[in-house]
Amino acid sequence: MRTKITLLVNGARREVQTDPERPLLEVLREDLQLTGTKYGCGEGQCRACTVLLDGKAVTSCMTPVRTAAGKQITTIEGLAQNGKLHRVQEAFQEAEAMQCGYCVPGMVLTTAGLLKNTPRPTEAQIVAALNGNLCRCCGYPSIVAAVRLAAREQSNG
Amino acid sequence: MAEWGDFEPERYELREPAPYRFEADRREFLALAGGGLLLFTTGASGQRPGGQGEADLSARLHMAADGTITVFTSKVEVGQGSRTQLTQAAAEELGISPEKIRLVMADTDLVPDDGGTAGSRTTPSTVPAVRRAAAAAKKILAATAANPKATMDQLRGAIPSDVVVKPAGDWQHLGKTLPKVDSRAIVTGAHKYPADITRPGMLYGKVLRAPVYNAKLEELDKAAASKLAGVVIVHDGEFAGCTAPTSWEAKKGIEALAAGAKYSRKPHVSSKKLFEHLKATARTGSAAGRGSGPERTKGDASAAMASAANTLKASFEVAYVQHAPMEPRAAVAEWEGDKLTVWTGTQMPHRVRQQLAEAFRVPQEKVRVMVPDTGGGFGGKHTGETAIEAARLAKAAGKPVSLRWTRAEEFAWAYFRPAGLFEIQAGFDGNGKLTAWDYTNYNAGGAGLDTPYAVANSRIRFLYTDSPLREGSYRGIAATANNFARELFMDELAEAAKMDPLRFRLLNLDNPRLRAVLESAAERFRFAERWKSRKAGTGVGIACGTEKGSYIACCAEVGIREGEIEVREVTQVFECGAIQNPRNLRAQVDGCLIQGLGAALWEEAIFEDGKLMNGRFASYRVPRMSDVPKLDTHLLDRRDLTSAGAGETPIIAIAPAVAAAVHHAGYARVRSMPVRLAGA
Ligand code: FES
Ligand code: FES
Repeated sequence: MRTKITLLVNGARREVQTDPERPLLEVLREDLQLTGTKYGCGEGQCRACTVLLDGKAVTSCMTPVRTAAGKQITTIEGLAQNGKLHRVQEAFQEAEAMQCGYCVPGMVLTTAGLLKNTPRPTEAQIVAALNGNLCRCCGYPSIVAAVRLAAREQSNG
Repeated sequence: MAEWGDFEPERYELREPAPYRFEADRREFLALAGGGLLLFTTGASGQRPGGQGEADLSARLHMAADGTITVFTSKVEVGQGSRTQLTQAAAEELGISPEKIRLVMADTDLVPDDGGTAGSRTTPSTVPAVRRAAAAAKKILAATAANPKATMDQLRGAIPSDVVVKPAGDWQHLGKTLPKVDSRAIVTGAHKYPADITRPGMLYGKVLRAPVYNAKLEELDKAAASKLAGVVIVHDGEFAGCTAPTSWEAKKGIEALAAGAKYSRKPHVSSKKLFEHLKATARTGSAAGRGSGPERTKGDASAAMASAANTLKASFEVAYVQHAPMEPRAAVAEWEGDKLTVWTGTQMPHRVRQQLAEAFRVPQEKVRVMVPDTGGGFGGKHTGETAIEAARLAKAAGKPVSLRWTRAEEFAWAYFRPAGLFEIQAGFDGNGKLTAWDYTNYNAGGAGLDTPYAVANSRIRFLYTDSPLREGSYRGIAATANNFARELFMDELAEAAKMDPLRFRLLNLDNPRLRAVLESAAERFRFAERWKSRKAGTGVGIACGTEKGSYIACCAEVGIREGEIEVREVTQVFECGAIQNPRNLRAQVDGCLIQGLGAALWEEAIFEDGKLMNGRFASYRVPRMSDVPKLDTHLLDRRDLTSAGAGETPIIAIAPAVAAAVHHAGYARVRSMPVRLAGA
């Protein structure tokens, strides 16, 4: 049954008519055309679909859209401010932590979530935070380097 | 593509019969608005003829009034860096900044057919083709600088055969790291992958899959599904699917269809019986079905074996693995009358165009295939099944349709890397020199079949079998399996000859480039010392290999705790001639190694009663961040040698190095991939 749900996406109010049980991932991609959030498994096993919900990284494929109503949703499209990249995005670009890049939105948002609560993560904290994010291109060494770079820039700036 | 089909007989996917036979056209096309050229915005010449390649410079290059150069190629970008590398290649010869260059990749209406993106061919074939075209264009530009019209006229001519490209010593753009083209779009989520393409009025599709392998759809009760609002059902022969305004509703439609589907079934071998089955169904002799694979003989292997001072025999097994790219197969199809446009993630756009033309009985000129940069391929996206499915659904719905395979579909229904069984026997003399080599590979494939070691008498063969699973190409294809069996057997031979594995290899190895990487890796890792000083629960191993003109050697240290193998440290040395983009190359080499760890340690398709038992990331373990060992990657830059492709070969040495290290740690000889631990 379709219901009207109001979402706060990247700072804007967006209304959707949808089955409230539908995964947030699908609503973002299909109803709001925010295709930066990626599908990788649909069952919480790859974190390609990570978004921030009230600042916390969650898997949008496992989030029924009704539970996201009223919360601040940040997708990869909403991370840069006025054309200025978020420092995590800059770090991923600078460390070139990408091959096909399909896992990158999820990696970037997971990292942003990590640095919010743990501004100076240890190596072990980085691995613990990102170990659920799969990269089949297996670019993990440069992804770790990007996270370190982003953390360093944050504590400097 | 036949060019490497000749020596890589395991490209099984290219010989598959058409995935569907649709009923004859019901002529229910709708006239649709939209379409048009997606990328070709120079406004100069509209449609470009495809398929002319070398012959016509304008098929390769276009110059806009503002000096922007557009380069056309059928190669695709799946993460391996071809877009950036080809940009560098064009910039190099044109002597202009890479920002002035745009690439149009894999749009069959616009690009020449450079073959598919496979076999590490972009570097040795397409880079030189682009460089020759760019060098020819540079000459023309210099001569006609003041007159754009004259430039375009001359660009329409053939590429002169005597055109020269810059030697590596003069490179300005190649040989240096050029940051990845489109990296900003990737980090902002703006980059459009095949799954992200949207078209006006687009619907979402789903296909009904059989519950098990070897099942045939016999009856379909559509009553329940047809009651669902917005759902359009398609049932055409063995194909059934539906479309709906959202994937959620399409999924409900498929669930309703599945409840009303009846199948007939044929038995299906289980993975437990796999290797017996491969051996029992091996085909020898040219009378056999698909024919037998290559067999090469040198000297007299059986006589040399009979007279050898020492002989040794062993067999090895390699399981099926899945590519599991992060982006599962996806396609958007749109019909305008009898013209079909498809956006899809495939490594072979022209082949998919042909498959579509055949499936829908339209001339190829009516079909346009475009490949947006795709979320991973690893050799797994050579076929057009998703494009065909999307097009069939779109035809019925009268609207564009996006079809994205689920992860479960990608695991179960995409083709697998072939499993293989290997039987090897060798003879060697009192000094440890190989004298005889008899090698049989069942099913795994022909890439990397020949031994790189020097042996005067050999029989080497590859036999086709009846594979219970759909199988096909994979990064490195059979070279990984062949190298695994061969390198582990070399370790067993070394032990029999009472030598360390490094010395035994060097004694039997003439190839100077392979020796160079092997010696360099051993030295950096201090292999010889570490091999002698054995620590409980810890082991070291070494392996090397060559394939498609590049060379890799690996040393690995493993630690074993509570039955778990932990790869702690790896040194790898790789050489592929002159390096074109160092950072991208490192990403490929490290990515190969880490991806290779997955197949070495955990990845394996387990199937029973026709069901894939572990077709999810929860049960099919792939490498994660915590699995990455301490890594010392060393790239040898041989500016004096032609550049070879590098996206595949670095995957072939890690599995045998790790498996050898497991034995060195005090466990039984490893003879299977993935590695299974067993007592000594
Ligand atoms: S798509 Fe959500 S975790 Fe994989
Ligand atoms: S870059 Fe391809 S999946 Fe991570």
